[in-house]
Amino acid sequence: MLHIDLWKRALIWLVCAAGIVLSMPNAFYTRVEGHNDAIAAIEAGNDSPELQAQAAQWPSWLPTDLVNLGLDLRGGAHLLAEVQVSDVYATRMEALWPDVRDALRPERDAVGGVRRVQSAPGELRVRIGNPDGMARAVEVVRGLARPIQTLSGVGANDIEVGTEGDIIIVTLSEAEQQATDDRTVRQALEIIRRRIDAVGTREPTIQRQGADRILIQVPGIGSATELKDIIGTTAQLTFNPVVSRGTDPDARAGTGNKLVPSLDEEGTYYTIESNPVVTGEELTDAQPAFDQNGRPAVNFRFNTSGARKFGDYTRDNIGQPFAIVLDDEVISAPVIQSHIPGGSGIITGRFTVEESTNLAVLLRAGALPAGMTFLEERTIGPELGQDSIDAGKIATAVAFGAVLIFMALSYGLFGIFANIALILNIALLFGLLSLLGGTLTLPGIAGIVLTVGMAVDANVLIFERIREELKTARGPARAIELGYEKALSAILDANITTFITAIILFVMGSGPVRGFAITLGLGIVTSVFTAIFVTRLLVVMWFERRRPKTIEV
Amino acid sequence: MRLKLVPQETSFDFFSRWKLWFGISMVLIVLAAVSFGVRGLNFGIDFRGGTSIRTESTTDLDIGAYRDALNALNLGDISISEVFDPAFGEDRHVAMIRIQAQDDQEAVSAEMIEAVETALTEVVPDIRFVSVESVGPKVSGELIQTAIYAVLAAIGAVLVYVWLRFEWQFAVGAVVALVHDVILTIGVFSELQIKFDLAIIAALLTIVGYSLNDTVVVFDRVRENLRKYKSRPLAEVLNLSINETLSRTFMTSFTTLLALFALIALGGDVIRGFVFAMIWGIFVGTYSSVFIASTILLWLGVKRDWSKTDKNEGNQYANIDA
Repeated sequence: MLHIDLWKRALIWLVCAAGIVLSMPNAFYTRVEGHNDAIAAIEAGNDSPELQAQAAQWPSWLPTDLVNLGLDLRGGAHLLAEVQVSDVYATRMEALWPDVRDALRPERDAVGGVRRVQSAPGELRVRIGNPDGMARAVEVVRGLARPIQTLSGVGANDIEVGTEGDIIIVTLSEAEQQATDDRTVRQALEIIRRRIDAVGTREPTIQRQGADRILIQVPGIGSATELKDIIGTTAQLTFNPVVSRGTDPDARAGTGNKLVPSLDEEGTYYTIESNPVVTGEELTDAQPAFDQNGRPAVNFRFNTSGARKFGDYTRDNIGQPFAIVLDDEVISAPVIQSHIPGGSGIITGRFTVEESTNLAVLLRAGALPAGMTFLEERTIGPELGQDSIDAGKIATAVAFGAVLIFMALSYGLFGIFANIALILNIALLFGLLSLLGGTLTLPGIAGIVLTVGMAVDANVLIFERIREELKTARGPARAIELGYEKALSAILDANITTFITAIILFVMGSGPVRGFAITLGLGIVTSVFTAIFVTRLLVVMWFERRRPKTIEV
Repeated sequence: MRLKLVPQETSFDFFSRWKLWFGISMVLIVLAAVSFGVRGLNFGIDFRGGTSIRTESTTDLDIGAYRDALNALNLGDISISEVFDPAFGEDRHVAMIRIQAQDDQEAVSAEMIEAVETALTEVVPDIRFVSVESVGPKVSGELIQTAIYAVLAAIGAVLVYVWLRFEWQFAVGAVVALVHDVILTIGVFSELQIKFDLAIIAALLTIVGYSLNDTVVVFDRVRENLRKYKSRPLAEVLNLSINETLSRTFMTSFTTLLALFALIALGGDVIRGFVFAMIWGIFVGTYSSVFIASTILLWLGVKRDWSKTDKNEGNQYANIDA
């Protein structure tokens, strides 16, 4: 009658044990955090006795996953930035003008003189001297268009050429605008990530949101203004002549030179001339591409003055290496193969496709590609977060104690069973949160407290049902069995409906609200599990041992 | 001897005065609507944009001095209020300052925040800005839209779920009860002018979930009893079902309230509005499951012969009491 298979019992205890083990690090939060930080530092190559000691505070065979604390608990800054993607259109059009002018110059006889006229940003308007040559002019300008390689824009060109009287109007095509927007945001994201990583804060969140927004959350930083300063600093991209290459980090660079490490070759250092040949400000574009042998490479292009400087330098230094340096780290140091006159070139190397894409991003990433407006910014001081944690701890403890006492008073022994399940429930909840890397926020703590209150609901439903079944007097074993069976549909319906709202909150909410949805949703899962498996197992085990003739619930 | 909130056996007649309960609810809903219309909600910056600054200092709070300092900056509507919490102690004075979104700005202006901080530091030298939050008007518009969608989506999902698991009459009853709870909660927030922000939306959805939880437990029993007592009048079956689940209703509401009262008293002032919404929601949610949802069900009537077309036939809930 009241029978639970051995394997089921083993599984239930196993799940509970796993929950306890996984949640345990959270009980020693600062210690485990110190251990994790120390391990990370040691792996990054900074070994020291202090770090070893810090790492030894927590045995490494125990789980080390912690519940992430949200910004409202830890303190830090939150920014929601909108990338002004259309800025890039204007830059592109600026860069296109010399090309258009140069392309039309040989056609002077048919087209007449060309003059740029005032236009909205993102649009290039060129007046031609001889309107009769319009057809030819448009043909020439169209010849400058390049096909776009995107999934959606197959066969499309990057620019659209229209006319209005004696004026040629050049704009970016819609497909190119989309592709540009996407590139711009990815590039901005990459730069922001680099900037923030360079500062070395713990667990920053940098996420793209929607088409043109970026969410940045950095725990532990003083203020949103500080964060904006970090993001706003421009990356310095330069092209420098290489003096020598070596592995000695303390090598003497000599006057006018400096020693910089390689970005991806560990232990390699380059001595370069401090004075760059060209800087990234003169780079107009960089794209992942393939060289003539089909290997991944990166195409880049300079503006007019950059092209002239780069052309002169490459003409005079064939066979010499030059370094592409980003923020005092050498991205790559190719050897100049030939004179590069046109201001565009290709960087080859032993790249994978992914590496060439990243390099292109980094090259474009010299400066933020477009302006950013900040739509939302929040600074939460660490003291406020600590206050919230302290208050949350006390409130949870009191709520927990009150519910435990009340359950024991109301249901006696069965109440104690429910209480054991409730304690396991909290352990499971924290275990799951740590395992999934969930973030605990202040409303999330409220979600836990609510879970404590509501977790007993399933048990209450069962116990009340057992009481009712006892009245029909078919013996305690049967009453317990029926109690569980008949309460099940109400338990499932009641919890599924709450779970639905938790999912909606998770999908639509953000930040703290999402944190609440996570604890509420996981709390439902764990409380149903503990109610219909753990308490049942406890009740059955007790019943098997005692075999009471009558029971009181 | 066990602690019992309600006697084991009850036989209250919940429907003899349904007109009274309905009348009370109608009056409350009208009051909530009037309050909402006249006073409106005290939206936080999440929903109307602007900047909210939490300050702390050890000196006594002089709101007038704060206001004078800020008025010089011409920032439009500014509200300043002192925050009290038992945990603060003697020499901790906390204020919340809210500045409206500036007309000419799509985004957040760092200069404005800096100017405010400088002006306040001049008046109160030891002032600290423990949190500064700004939301631009563009985002706040979107947030309010998302919030409305979230509440509607939750109610819609519930309607569908209850309809699938029970009958359409049950779904209507449950949803009317939910809407009742949501309206009354919004009414309380507008009447008491408690700050209404994103967290309150989360609370609203939790109330939806909780109220439903209660309603569904009663309905589940109604469905069971409808199968058991095929010829008893619907009112009697409903009454019986509510009475049978009454003990559980009170137990669960009580434990949840126990936890929430601990949170509102000790959880700090930051989430007090949020917890208040939930406590209120537990009360109206429990009330509405018993008095509103079931009464609607009584009105609409319900299919009596459940034996022929068992909705659960063939799934895991089939024949649960066989």
